Amino acid sequence: MDKLELKKHARNVRKKIIEMVYAAQSGHPGGSLSAADILTYLYYEVMDVNKDNLESKDRDRFVLSKGHASPALYGILDEMGLLEEDITSFRQIGSKLQGHPSMEFLKGVDMSTGSLGQGASVAVGMALANKLDGVPYRVYCLVGDGECQEGLVWEALMAAHNYHLNNLVYILDYNDLQIDGRIEEVMDPTPFKEKFEAFGLRVYECDGHDFDDIESVFKAIEKDDDRPAMIIAYTIKGKGVSFMEGQAQWHGVAPNAEQYQEAMTELSEEVI
Amino acid sequence: MLHETRAAYGEILQELAALDKNVVAFDADLSKSTKTAEIKKVDPKRHFNAGIAEANMMGMAAGMAVSGKLVFASSFAVFASGRPYEIIRNSIAYPKLNVKICATHAGVSVGEDGASHQAIADIAIMRALPNMRVYVVSDYYETKALIRHVAKIDGPCYVRMQRGKSEDIYDESSTFDFDKVRVLNKGKDICVFACGLMVQEALRAAAILKKEGIDITVCEVVSIKPLDEKGVTDLIAAHKYNFTFEEHSIIGGLYGAIAEAASKAPTNPLYPLGLNDVFGSSGKAKDVLEKYGLCADHLVKVIKEKIK
Repeated sequence: MDKLELKKHARNVRKKIIEMVYAAQSGHPGGSLSAADILTYLYYEVMDVNKDNLESKDRDRFVLSKGHASPALYGILDEMGLLEEDITSFRQIGSKLQGHPSMEFLKGVDMSTGSLGQGASVAVGMALANKLDGVPYRVYCLVGDGECQEGLVWEALMAAHNYHLNNLVYILDYNDLQIDGRIEEVMDPTPFKEKFEAFGLRVYECDGHDFDDIESVFKAIEKDDDRPAMIIAYTIKGKGVSFMEGQAQWHGVAPNAEQYQEAMTELSEEVI
Repeated sequence: MLHETRAAYGEILQELAALDKNVVAFDADLSKSTKTAEIKKVDPKRHFNAGIAEANMMGMAAGMAVSGKLVFASSFAVFASGRPYEIIRNSIAYPKLNVKICATHAGVSVGEDGASHQAIADIAIMRALPNMRVYVVSDYYETKALIRHVAKIDGPCYVRMQRGKSEDIYDESSTFDFDKVRVLNKGKDICVFACGLMVQEALRAAAILKKEGIDITVCEVVSIKPLDEKGVTDLIAAHKYNFTFEEHSIIGGLYGAIAEAASKAPTNPLYPLGLNDVFGSSGKAKDVLEKYGLCADHLVKVIKEKIK
Protein backbone atom coordinates (compact mmCIF):
# COMPACT_ATOMS: atom_id res chain seq x y z
CA MET A 1 0.00 0.00 0.00
CA ASP A 2 1.10 3.55 -0.76
CA LYS A 3 2.68 5.23 2.28
CA LEU A 4 0.28 8.14 1.96
CA GLU A 5 -2.64 5.71 2.25
CA LEU A 6 -1.09 4.15 5.36
CA LYS A 7 -0.70 7.60 6.88
CA LYS A 8 -4.35 8.35 6.21
CA HIS A 9 -5.41 5.11 7.84
CA ALA A 10 -3.18 5.79 10.86
CA ARG A 11 -4.68 9.26 11.18
CA ASN A 12 -8.17 7.76 11.15
CA VAL A 13 -7.14 5.25 13.81
CA ARG A 14 -5.91 8.16 15.96
CA LYS A 15 -9.20 9.98 15.52
CA LYS A 16 -11.05 6.85 16.58
CA ILE A 17 -8.83 6.52 19.64
CA ILE A 18 -9.70 10.06 20.71
CA GLU A 19 -13.40 9.52 19.96
CA MET A 20 -13.50 6.36 22.04
CA VAL A 21 -11.70 7.74 25.04
CA TYR A 22 -13.67 10.98 24.90
CA ALA A 23 -17.03 9.18 24.65
CA ALA A 24 -16.14 6.86 27.53
CA GLN A 25 -14.46 9.64 29.52
CA SER A 26 -12.12 6.82 30.40
CA GLY A 27 -9.29 4.87 28.78
CA HIS A 28 -5.67 5.20 27.76
CA PRO A 29 -4.99 7.64 24.92
CA GLY A 30 -1.20 8.08 25.30
CA GLY A 31 -0.07 4.49 24.73
CA SER A 32 -2.78 3.92 22.12
CA LEU A 33 -1.60 6.86 20.03
CA SER A 34 2.03 5.73 20.27
CA ALA A 35 1.07 2.31 18.87
CA ALA A 36 -1.25 3.55 16.09
CA ASP A 37 1.29 3.52 13.25
CA ILE A 38 2.71 0.12 14.19
CA LEU A 39 -0.76 -1.45 14.29
CA THR A 40 -1.73 0.22 11.04
CA TYR A 41 1.29 -1.24 9.27
CA LEU A 42 0.88 -4.65 10.91
CA TYR A 43 -2.79 -5.03 10.02
CA TYR A 44 -2.67 -3.54 6.52
CA GLU A 45 0.71 -4.75 5.32
CA VAL A 46 1.81 -7.76 7.32
CA MET A 47 -1.07 -9.84 8.68
CA ASP A 48 -3.72 -11.26 6.41
CA VAL A 49 -6.82 -10.57 8.51
CA ASN A 50 -10.19 -10.18 6.87
CA LYS A 51 -13.90 -10.72 7.53
CA ASP A 52 -13.72 -14.36 6.46
CA ASN A 53 -10.82 -15.42 8.66
CA LEU A 54 -11.47 -13.13 11.62
CA GLU A 55 -12.27 -16.00 13.99
CA SER A 56 -9.84 -18.47 12.45
CA LYS A 57 -6.65 -19.73 14.05
CA ASP A 58 -5.28 -20.44 10.59
CA ARG A 59 -3.75 -17.04 10.01
CA ASP A 60 -1.18 -14.74 11.54
CA ARG A 61 -2.39 -13.64 14.96
CA PHE A 62 -1.80 -10.62 17.16
CA VAL A 63 -1.55 -10.31 20.93
CA LEU A 64 -1.86 -6.85 22.44
CA SER A 65 0.13 -7.55 25.58
CA LYS A 66 -0.18 -3.90 26.58
CA GLY A 67 -3.94 -4.41 26.69
CA HIS A 68 -4.69 -0.91 27.91
CA ALA A 69 -3.97 0.26 24.35
CA SER A 70 -7.28 -1.38 23.38
CA PRO A 71 -8.50 1.79 21.57
CA ALA A 72 -5.65 1.30 19.08
CA LEU A 73 -6.72 -2.31 18.43
CA TYR A 74 -10.42 -1.43 18.18
CA GLY A 75 -9.45 1.55 16.03
CA ILE A 76 -7.56 -0.50 13.46
CA LEU A 77 -10.25 -3.21 13.37
CA ASP A 78 -12.87 -0.51 12.77
CA GLU A 79 -10.77 1.20 10.13
CA MET A 80 -10.53 -2.11 8.27
CA GLY A 81 -14.27 -2.65 8.49
CA LEU A 82 -13.90 -5.62 10.84
CA LEU A 83 -15.76 -4.16 13.80
CA GLU A 84 -19.53 -4.43 14.10
CA GLU A 85 -19.74 -2.50 17.34
CA ASP A 86 -20.12 1.29 17.47
CA ILE A 87 -16.76 2.54 18.73
CA THR A 88 -18.39 5.11 21.00
CA SER A 89 -19.76 2.24 23.10
CA PHE A 90 -16.17 1.69 24.31
CA ARG A 91 -16.07 0.87 28.03
CA GLN A 92 -19.86 1.22 28.36
CA ILE A 93 -22.14 -1.33 29.95
CA GLY A 94 -23.02 -4.15 27.54
CA SER A 95 -20.39 -3.15 24.98
CA LYS A 96 -18.17 -5.69 23.28
CA LEU A 97 -15.43 -3.09 23.47
CA GLN A 98 -14.27 -3.89 26.98
CA GLY A 99 -11.76 -1.65 28.73
CA HIS A 100 -9.12 -4.25 27.98
CA PRO A 101 -9.61 -6.59 24.99
CA SER A 102 -11.70 -9.69 25.64
CA MET A 103 -11.90 -12.48 23.09
CA GLU A 104 -15.06 -13.68 24.79
CA PHE A 105 -16.93 -10.61 23.64
CA LEU A 106 -15.21 -9.47 20.49
CA LYS A 107 -14.33 -11.31 17.29
CA GLY A 108 -10.92 -10.26 16.08
CA VAL A 109 -9.34 -10.22 19.51
CA ASP A 110 -6.93 -13.15 19.25
CA MET A 111 -6.24 -13.27 22.99
CA SER A 112 -7.73 -11.54 26.01
CA THR A 113 -5.19 -9.27 27.65
CA GLY A 114 -4.97 -6.51 30.21
CA SER A 115 -2.72 -7.77 32.95
CA LEU A 116 0.75 -6.72 31.88
CA GLY A 117 3.32 -9.35 30.99
CA GLN A 118 0.79 -12.07 30.31
CA GLY A 119 0.33 -11.52 26.58
CA ALA A 120 4.07 -11.92 26.03
CA SER A 121 3.87 -15.31 27.71
CA VAL A 122 0.70 -16.46 25.95
CA ALA A 123 2.23 -15.49 22.59
CA VAL A 124 4.98 -18.06 23.24
CA GLY A 125 2.35 -20.78 23.65
CA MET A 126 0.59 -19.69 20.46
CA ALA A 127 3.83 -19.77 18.49
CA LEU A 128 4.68 -23.16 20.01
CA ALA A 129 1.31 -24.51 18.88
CA ASN A 130 2.00 -23.30 15.33
CA LYS A 131 5.36 -25.08 15.41
CA LEU A 132 3.77 -28.26 16.72
CA ASP A 133 1.14 -28.17 13.97
CA GLY A 134 3.73 -27.32 11.34
CA VAL A 135 1.76 -24.31 10.10
CA PRO A 136 3.53 -21.23 8.75
CA TYR A 137 1.53 -18.60 10.60
CA ARG A 138 3.24 -16.05 12.77
CA VAL A 139 2.37 -14.56 16.13
CA TYR A 140 2.93 -10.84 16.60
CA CYS A 141 2.92 -9.41 20.09
CA LEU A 142 3.06 -5.75 21.11
CA VAL A 143 4.63 -5.13 24.51
CA GLY A 144 5.03 -1.87 26.37
CA ASP A 145 8.36 -0.56 27.60
CA GLY A 146 7.11 -0.14 31.16
CA GLU A 147 5.58 -3.60 30.83
CA CYS A 148 9.11 -5.00 30.64
CA GLN A 149 9.36 -4.35 34.37
CA GLU A 150 7.18 -7.44 34.74
CA GLY A 151 9.33 -10.53 35.32
CA LEU A 152 6.95 -12.61 33.22
CA VAL A 153 8.10 -10.82 30.05
CA TRP A 154 11.61 -12.13 30.61
CA GLU A 155 10.40 -15.62 31.43
CA ALA A 156 8.54 -15.51 28.12
CA LEU A 157 11.60 -14.33 26.18
CA MET A 158 13.68 -17.07 27.79
CA ALA A 159 11.16 -19.65 26.58
CA ALA A 160 10.87 -18.08 23.09
CA HIS A 161 14.63 -18.45 22.75
CA ASN A 162 14.62 -21.94 24.21
CA TYR A 163 12.08 -23.17 21.67
CA HIS A 164 13.68 -21.32 18.72
CA LEU A 165 10.41 -19.57 17.95
CA ASN A 166 11.32 -17.80 14.73
CA ASN A 167 7.59 -17.54 14.06
CA LEU A 168 7.21 -15.12 16.98
CA VAL A 169 7.72 -11.39 16.54
CA TYR A 170 7.63 -9.03 19.48
CA ILE A 171 7.30 -5.31 18.96
CA LEU A 172 8.32 -2.99 21.78
CA ASP A 173 6.37 0.26 21.93
CA TYR A 174 9.25 2.27 23.35
CA ASN A 175 7.58 5.58 24.22
CA ASP A 176 9.68 5.93 27.37
CA LEU A 177 6.78 6.81 29.64
CA GLN A 178 4.61 4.99 32.14
CA ILE A 179 1.96 6.23 34.57
CA ASP A 180 4.39 7.50 37.17
CA GLY A 181 6.88 9.06 34.78
CA ARG A 182 9.88 8.12 32.61
CA ILE A 183 10.51 4.40 32.69
CA GLU A 184 14.17 4.89 33.59
CA GLU A 185 13.15 6.90 36.63
CA VAL A 186 10.38 4.60 37.86
CA MET A 187 12.29 1.30 37.46
CA ASP A 188 14.89 1.19 34.76
CA PRO A 189 14.38 -1.80 32.41
CA THR A 190 17.05 -0.59 29.92
CA PRO A 191 19.24 -1.14 27.99
CA PHE A 192 16.63 -2.99 25.96
CA LYS A 193 18.68 -3.92 22.89
CA GLU A 194 21.51 -5.51 24.86
CA LYS A 195 19.11 -7.34 27.19
CA PHE A 196 16.96 -8.71 24.36
CA GLU A 197 20.09 -9.85 22.50
CA ALA A 198 21.42 -11.47 25.65
CA PHE A 199 18.09 -13.34 25.90
CA GLY A 200 18.73 -14.79 22.44
CA LEU A 201 16.48 -12.64 20.30
CA ARG A 202 17.42 -10.95 17.04
CA VAL A 203 16.77 -7.29 17.57
CA TYR A 204 15.74 -4.65 15.05
CA GLU A 205 15.16 -0.97 15.65
CA CYS A 206 12.94 1.53 13.90
CA ASP A 207 11.17 4.83 14.21
CA GLY A 208 7.70 3.63 15.20
CA HIS A 209 6.07 6.54 13.37
CA ASP A 210 7.96 6.31 10.06
CA PHE A 211 6.35 3.86 7.65
CA ASP A 212 9.50 3.57 5.50
CA ASP A 213 11.46 2.62 8.57
CA ILE A 214 8.75 0.25 9.86
CA GLU A 215 8.61 -1.37 6.43
CA SER A 216 12.37 -1.89 6.35
CA VAL A 217 12.41 -3.80 9.66
CA PHE A 218 9.43 -5.95 8.73
CA LYS A 219 11.29 -6.82 5.50
CA ALA A 220 14.47 -7.52 7.45
CA ILE A 221 12.78 -10.04 9.78
CA GLU A 222 11.78 -12.12 6.75
CA LYS A 223 15.29 -13.45 6.39
CA ASP A 224 15.86 -17.00 7.51
CA ASP A 225 16.79 -17.22 11.19
CA ASP A 226 15.91 -19.61 13.98
CA ARG A 227 15.57 -16.91 16.62
CA PRO A 228 12.46 -15.03 17.74
CA ALA A 229 12.47 -11.40 16.66
CA MET A 230 12.16 -8.20 18.64
CA ILE A 231 11.44 -4.92 16.93
CA ILE A 232 12.23 -1.96 19.15
CA ALA A 233 9.96 0.78 17.87
CA TYR A 234 10.93 4.21 19.13
CA THR A 235 7.68 6.03 19.63
CA ILE A 236 6.18 9.13 21.19
CA LYS A 237 3.47 8.72 23.77
CA GLY A 238 0.39 10.65 22.66
CA LYS A 239 1.75 10.94 19.08
CA GLY A 240 -0.42 13.05 16.80
CA VAL A 241 -2.06 15.21 19.44
CA SER A 242 0.49 17.89 20.32
CA PHE A 243 -0.66 18.59 23.85
CA MET A 244 -0.57 14.87 24.69
CA GLU A 245 2.83 14.15 23.15
CA GLY A 246 5.53 13.11 25.58
CA GLN A 247 3.27 13.69 28.57
CA ALA A 248 2.97 10.87 31.09
CA GLN A 249 -0.21 12.39 32.50
CA TRP A 250 -2.02 11.44 29.27
CA HIS A 251 -1.43 7.75 29.96
CA GLY A 252 -4.89 7.10 31.29
CA VAL A 253 -6.86 10.34 31.20
CA ALA A 254 -9.71 11.32 28.88
CA PRO A 255 -9.85 14.74 27.21
CA ASN A 256 -12.60 17.21 28.13
CA ALA A 257 -14.85 18.76 25.45
CA GLU A 258 -12.44 21.54 24.62
CA GLN A 259 -9.44 19.24 24.47
CA TYR A 260 -11.41 16.78 22.39
CA GLN A 261 -12.19 19.48 19.80
CA GLU A 262 -8.60 20.60 19.78
CA ALA A 263 -7.34 17.06 19.28
CA MET A 264 -9.83 16.27 16.52
CA THR A 265 -9.09 19.54 14.73
CA GLU A 266 -5.40 18.88 14.91
CA LEU A 267 -5.83 15.33 13.58
CA SER A 268 -8.02 16.65 10.74
CA GLU A 269 -5.54 19.33 9.77
CA GLU A 270 -2.51 17.11 10.10
CA VAL A 271 -0.30 17.59 7.08
CA ILE A 272 0.29 14.24 5.51
CA MET B 1 -3.99 -51.89 48.18
CA LEU B 2 -2.12 -48.61 48.11
CA HIS B 3 -1.66 -46.59 44.94
CA GLU B 4 -0.61 -43.09 43.91
CA THR B 5 -3.26 -40.79 42.43
CA ARG B 6 -0.57 -39.04 40.40
CA ALA B 7 0.44 -42.36 38.85
CA ALA B 8 -3.11 -42.64 37.52
CA TYR B 9 -2.75 -39.15 36.07
CA GLY B 10 0.40 -40.17 34.19
CA GLU B 11 -1.25 -43.29 32.80
CA ILE B 12 -4.34 -41.49 31.56
CA LEU B 13 -2.27 -38.67 30.13
CA GLN B 14 -0.61 -41.28 27.92
CA GLU B 15 -3.95 -42.80 27.02
CA LEU B 16 -5.40 -39.42 26.03
CA ALA B 17 -2.30 -38.39 24.11
CA ALA B 18 -2.41 -41.62 22.11
CA LEU B 19 -6.04 -40.96 21.20
CA ASP B 20 -5.80 -37.25 20.45
CA LYS B 21 -2.86 -35.47 18.86
CA ASN B 22 -4.07 -32.18 20.31
CA VAL B 23 -3.21 -33.28 23.85
CA VAL B 24 -0.09 -31.56 25.21
CA ALA B 25 1.45 -31.39 28.68
CA PHE B 26 3.37 -28.66 30.47
CA ASP B 27 5.50 -28.92 33.55
CA ALA B 28 7.83 -26.75 35.58
CA ASP B 29 10.83 -28.96 36.27
CA LEU B 30 8.88 -31.56 38.25
CA SER B 31 7.79 -33.79 35.40
CA LYS B 32 8.90 -37.04 37.01
CA SER B 33 7.09 -36.20 40.25
CA THR B 34 3.90 -34.89 38.68
CA LYS B 35 4.04 -37.67 36.04
CA THR B 36 3.58 -35.39 33.04
CA ALA B 37 6.81 -36.99 31.74
CA GLU B 38 4.69 -40.06 30.97
CA ILE B 39 3.31 -38.34 27.86
CA LYS B 40 6.82 -38.55 26.37
CA LYS B 41 6.31 -42.30 25.97
CA VAL B 42 3.62 -41.47 23.44
CA ASP B 43 5.19 -38.38 21.86
CA PRO B 44 8.16 -36.51 23.35
CA LYS B 45 7.34 -33.47 21.21
CA ARG B 46 4.14 -32.90 23.15
CA HIS B 47 5.82 -32.42 26.51
CA PHE B 48 6.93 -28.89 27.31
CA ASN B 49 9.11 -28.09 30.26
CA ALA B 50 8.76 -24.45 31.29
CA GLY B 51 11.66 -24.74 33.66
CA ILE B 52 11.26 -23.29 37.12
CA ALA B 53 8.86 -20.63 35.89
CA GLU B 54 5.28 -21.53 36.76
CA ALA B 55 3.84 -18.18 35.73
CA ASN B 56 5.20 -18.55 32.23
CA MET B 57 4.10 -22.18 32.16
CA MET B 58 0.50 -21.07 32.65
CA GLY B 59 0.89 -18.29 30.08
CA MET B 60 2.25 -20.73 27.51
CA ALA B 61 -0.48 -23.22 28.42
CA ALA B 62 -3.05 -20.50 27.71
CA GLY B 63 -1.41 -19.78 24.36
CA MET B 64 -1.55 -23.45 23.40
CA ALA B 65 -5.19 -23.67 24.46
CA VAL B 66 -6.18 -20.55 22.52
CA SER B 67 -4.61 -22.31 19.54
CA GLY B 68 -6.92 -25.30 19.99
CA LYS B 69 -4.81 -27.65 22.09
CA LEU B 70 -6.07 -29.68 25.05
CA VAL B 71 -3.54 -28.66 27.65
CA PHE B 72 -2.52 -30.36 30.88
CA ALA B 73 -0.29 -28.24 33.12
CA SER B 74 1.22 -29.56 36.31
CA SER B 75 3.35 -28.71 39.27
CA PHE B 76 3.10 -29.14 43.02
CA ALA B 77 -0.20 -27.64 44.15
CA VAL B 78 1.46 -24.67 45.89
CA PHE B 79 3.28 -23.67 42.71
CA ALA B 80 0.49 -24.66 40.32
CA SER B 81 -2.09 -22.44 42.04
CA GLY B 82 -0.32 -19.78 44.07
CA ARG B 83 2.63 -18.52 42.08
CA PRO B 84 0.76 -18.26 38.76
CA TYR B 85 -2.60 -17.37 40.29
CA GLU B 86 -3.10 -14.14 38.40
CA ILE B 87 -2.04 -15.66 35.09
CA ILE B 88 -4.57 -18.44 35.68
CA ARG B 89 -7.15 -15.77 36.52
CA ASN B 90 -6.64 -13.47 33.55
CA SER B 91 -5.25 -15.72 30.82
CA ILE B 92 -7.03 -19.04 31.52
CA ALA B 93 -10.20 -18.61 33.61
CA TYR B 94 -11.40 -15.28 32.17
CA PRO B 95 -11.06 -16.37 28.51
CA LYS B 96 -12.41 -19.87 29.45
CA LEU B 97 -9.44 -21.66 27.92
CA ASN B 98 -9.13 -25.41 27.83
CA VAL B 99 -6.36 -25.88 30.38
CA LYS B 100 -6.45 -28.68 32.95
CA ILE B 101 -4.32 -27.67 35.91
CA CYS B 102 -3.44 -31.02 37.45
CA ALA B 103 -1.73 -30.26 40.72
CA THR B 104 0.05 -32.92 42.72
CA HIS B 105 1.61 -32.89 46.21
CA ALA B 106 -1.33 -31.03 47.75
CA GLY B 107 -1.90 -30.70 51.47
CA VAL B 108 0.31 -31.36 54.49
CA SER B 109 0.85 -35.01 53.50
CA VAL B 110 3.71 -33.65 51.38
CA GLY B 111 5.46 -34.26 54.68
CA GLU B 112 9.17 -33.58 55.09
CA ASP B 113 9.39 -30.57 52.75
CA GLY B 114 7.34 -28.55 55.21
CA ALA B 115 4.93 -25.63 55.04
CA SER B 116 6.49 -23.88 52.02
CA HIS B 117 5.57 -26.88 49.87
CA GLN B 118 2.22 -27.78 51.42
CA ALA B 119 -0.77 -26.30 49.59
CA ILE B 120 -3.48 -25.53 52.13
CA ALA B 121 -5.52 -22.85 50.38
CA ASP B 122 -5.44 -23.95 46.74
CA ILE B 123 -9.03 -25.17 46.69
CA ALA B 124 -10.14 -21.82 48.11
CA ILE B 125 -8.33 -19.65 45.58
CA MET B 126 -9.18 -21.81 42.58
CA ARG B 127 -12.80 -22.14 43.63
CA ALA B 128 -13.22 -18.37 43.77
CA LEU B 129 -12.37 -18.01 40.07
CA PRO B 130 -15.33 -17.79 37.68
CA ASN B 131 -15.34 -20.53 34.99
CA MET B 132 -12.96 -22.74 37.03
CA ARG B 133 -14.05 -26.23 38.06
CA VAL B 134 -12.36 -27.77 41.09
CA TYR B 135 -11.95 -31.50 41.75
CA VAL B 136 -10.24 -33.37 44.58
CA VAL B 137 -9.45 -37.04 44.10
CA SER B 138 -9.14 -39.74 46.74
CA ASP B 139 -7.80 -42.82 45.01
CA TYR B 140 -6.07 -44.20 41.96
CA TYR B 141 -9.13 -45.56 40.12
CA GLU B 142 -11.16 -42.45 40.68
CA THR B 143 -8.27 -40.33 39.38
CA LYS B 144 -8.17 -42.34 36.16
CA ALA B 145 -11.87 -41.73 35.62
CA LEU B 146 -11.64 -38.08 36.58
CA ILE B 147 -8.77 -37.27 34.21
CA ARG B 148 -10.78 -38.84 31.36
CA HIS B 149 -13.78 -36.80 32.55
CA VAL B 150 -12.01 -33.41 32.64
CA ALA B 151 -10.51 -34.08 29.20
CA LYS B 152 -14.07 -34.05 27.84
CA ILE B 153 -14.97 -30.74 29.50
CA ASP B 154 -14.31 -27.68 27.35
CA GLY B 155 -12.89 -25.19 29.82
CA PRO B 156 -10.53 -24.70 32.73
CA CYS B 157 -10.35 -27.30 35.50
CA TYR B 158 -8.24 -27.66 38.64
CA VAL B 159 -7.53 -31.22 39.79
CA ARG B 160 -5.97 -31.78 43.20
CA MET B 161 -3.86 -34.87 43.87
CA GLN B 162 -1.61 -35.99 46.70
CA ARG B 163 2.03 -36.91 46.85
CA GLY B 164 1.76 -40.21 48.71
CA LYS B 165 -0.12 -43.41 48.17
CA SER B 166 -3.71 -43.74 49.25
CA GLU B 167 -5.90 -46.70 50.01
CA ASP B 168 -7.92 -48.03 47.08
CA ILE B 169 -11.54 -47.12 47.61
CA TYR B 170 -12.76 -48.10 44.16
CA ASP B 171 -11.64 -50.61 41.55
CA GLU B 172 -11.31 -50.89 37.81
CA SER B 173 -15.02 -51.70 37.44
CA SER B 174 -16.25 -48.69 39.44
CA THR B 175 -18.36 -46.09 37.69
CA PHE B 176 -18.45 -42.44 38.60
CA ASP B 177 -20.89 -39.57 38.46
CA PHE B 178 -18.68 -36.64 39.34
CA ASP B 179 -21.61 -34.24 39.42
CA LYS B 180 -23.00 -35.96 42.52
CA VAL B 181 -21.89 -36.35 46.11
CA ARG B 182 -21.23 -40.05 46.64
CA VAL B 183 -22.37 -41.95 49.73
CA LEU B 184 -19.75 -44.57 50.54
CA ASN B 185 -21.12 -45.74 53.85
CA LYS B 186 -24.67 -45.37 55.08
CA GLY B 187 -25.25 -44.61 58.75
CA LYS B 188 -27.63 -42.50 60.76
CA ASP B 189 -27.55 -39.22 62.69
CA ILE B 190 -23.90 -38.54 61.77
CA CYS B 191 -22.60 -37.60 58.34
CA VAL B 192 -19.01 -36.91 57.29
CA PHE B 193 -18.29 -35.15 54.00
CA ALA B 194 -14.72 -35.92 53.00
CA CYS B 195 -12.46 -35.20 50.07
CA GLY B 196 -9.02 -36.35 48.96
CA LEU B 197 -6.91 -38.30 51.39
CA MET B 198 -9.46 -37.75 54.16
CA VAL B 199 -11.91 -40.11 52.44
CA GLN B 200 -9.83 -43.14 53.49
CA GLU B 201 -9.54 -41.71 57.03
CA ALA B 202 -13.30 -41.14 57.24
CA LEU B 203 -13.91 -44.74 56.15
CA ARG B 204 -11.46 -45.97 58.80
CA ALA B 205 -13.26 -43.86 61.40
CA ALA B 206 -16.56 -45.41 60.29
CA ALA B 207 -15.10 -48.89 60.81
CA ILE B 208 -13.82 -47.97 64.28
CA LEU B 209 -17.14 -46.43 65.31
CA LYS B 210 -19.11 -49.35 63.91
CA LYS B 211 -17.40 -51.66 66.40
CA GLU B 212 -18.73 -49.38 69.11
CA GLY B 213 -22.22 -49.53 67.72
CA ILE B 214 -22.17 -46.12 66.03
CA ASP B 215 -23.05 -46.06 62.34
CA ILE B 216 -21.92 -42.98 60.47
CA THR B 217 -22.56 -41.89 56.92
CA VAL B 218 -19.42 -41.17 54.89
CA CYS B 219 -19.70 -39.23 51.65
CA GLU B 220 -17.07 -38.28 49.14
CA VAL B 221 -17.19 -34.90 47.46
CA VAL B 222 -14.97 -34.95 44.37
CA SER B 223 -16.42 -31.93 42.62
CA ILE B 224 -16.01 -29.03 45.03
CA LYS B 225 -17.13 -26.79 42.20
CA PRO B 226 -19.66 -27.17 40.80
CA LEU B 227 -20.97 -28.57 44.06
CA ASP B 228 -23.91 -30.98 44.23
CA GLU B 229 -25.82 -28.53 46.39
CA LYS B 230 -29.00 -30.57 46.56
CA GLY B 231 -27.09 -33.72 47.41
CA VAL B 232 -25.20 -32.15 50.29
CA THR B 233 -28.12 -30.18 51.71
CA ASP B 234 -30.39 -33.25 51.61
CA LEU B 235 -27.75 -35.23 53.49
CA ILE B 236 -27.32 -32.48 56.07
CA ALA B 237 -31.08 -32.32 56.58
CA ALA B 238 -31.13 -36.09 57.09
CA HIS B 239 -28.38 -36.16 59.72
CA LYS B 240 -28.30 -34.55 63.15
CA TYR B 241 -24.54 -34.02 63.16
CA ASN B 242 -22.56 -33.15 60.07
CA PHE B 243 -18.82 -32.80 59.57
CA THR B 244 -16.51 -31.81 56.76
CA PHE B 245 -13.10 -33.43 56.63
CA GLU B 246 -10.36 -32.07 54.39
CA GLU B 247 -6.60 -31.79 54.06
CA HIS B 248 -6.95 -28.06 53.44
CA SER B 249 -7.71 -24.92 55.40
CA ILE B 250 -11.22 -24.90 56.80
CA ILE B 251 -11.47 -21.47 55.17
CA GLY B 252 -12.78 -21.57 51.63
CA GLY B 253 -12.36 -25.26 50.84
CA LEU B 254 -14.75 -28.19 51.29
CA TYR B 255 -16.19 -26.70 54.46
CA GLY B 256 -16.53 -23.31 52.82
CA ALA B 257 -18.30 -24.75 49.80
CA ILE B 258 -20.73 -26.94 51.74
CA ALA B 259 -21.39 -24.32 54.43
CA GLU B 260 -22.21 -21.76 51.75
CA ALA B 261 -24.70 -24.16 50.16
CA ALA B 262 -26.21 -25.24 53.49
CA SER B 263 -26.63 -21.69 54.77
CA LYS B 264 -29.29 -20.98 52.15
CA ALA B 265 -31.75 -23.14 54.11
CA PRO B 266 -30.06 -24.17 57.36
CA THR B 267 -31.20 -27.43 58.90
CA ASN B 268 -28.66 -29.30 61.02
CA PRO B 269 -25.24 -28.12 62.19
CA LEU B 270 -22.06 -28.62 60.14
CA TYR B 271 -18.67 -28.82 61.88
CA PRO B 272 -15.33 -28.36 60.11
CA LEU B 273 -12.32 -30.62 60.42
CA GLY B 274 -9.25 -29.47 58.56
CA LEU B 275 -6.40 -27.03 59.04
CA ASN B 276 -7.58 -24.37 61.46
CA ASP B 277 -6.09 -21.36 59.69
CA VAL B 278 -2.53 -22.57 60.19
CA PHE B 279 0.38 -23.59 57.97
CA GLY B 280 1.68 -27.14 58.07
CA SER B 281 5.15 -28.27 59.08
CA SER B 282 7.84 -30.89 58.37
CA GLY B 283 7.71 -34.52 59.37
CA LYS B 284 6.73 -37.90 58.03
CA ALA B 285 3.39 -37.59 56.26
CA LYS B 286 1.63 -39.75 58.84
CA ASP B 287 3.04 -37.70 61.73
CA VAL B 288 2.15 -34.39 60.13
CA LEU B 289 -1.39 -35.53 59.36
CA GLU B 290 -1.84 -36.67 62.95
CA LYS B 291 -0.43 -33.39 64.30
CA TYR B 292 -3.23 -31.47 62.57
CA GLY B 293 -5.95 -33.97 63.38
CA LEU B 294 -6.21 -35.23 59.82
CA CYS B 295 -6.61 -38.89 60.75
CA ALA B 296 -9.33 -41.41 61.59
CA ASP B 297 -8.61 -41.38 65.34
CA HIS B 298 -9.12 -37.64 65.60
CA LEU B 299 -12.35 -37.80 63.63
CA VAL B 300 -13.60 -40.56 65.94
CA LYS B 301 -12.74 -38.44 68.97
CA VAL B 302 -14.48 -35.33 67.64
CA ILE B 303 -17.61 -37.26 66.67
CA LYS B 304 -17.84 -38.86 70.10
CA GLU B 305 -17.46 -35.48 71.81
CA LYS B 306 -20.21 -33.93 69.72
CA ILE B 307 -22.77 -36.66 70.24
CA LYS B 308 -22.09 -37.04 73.98
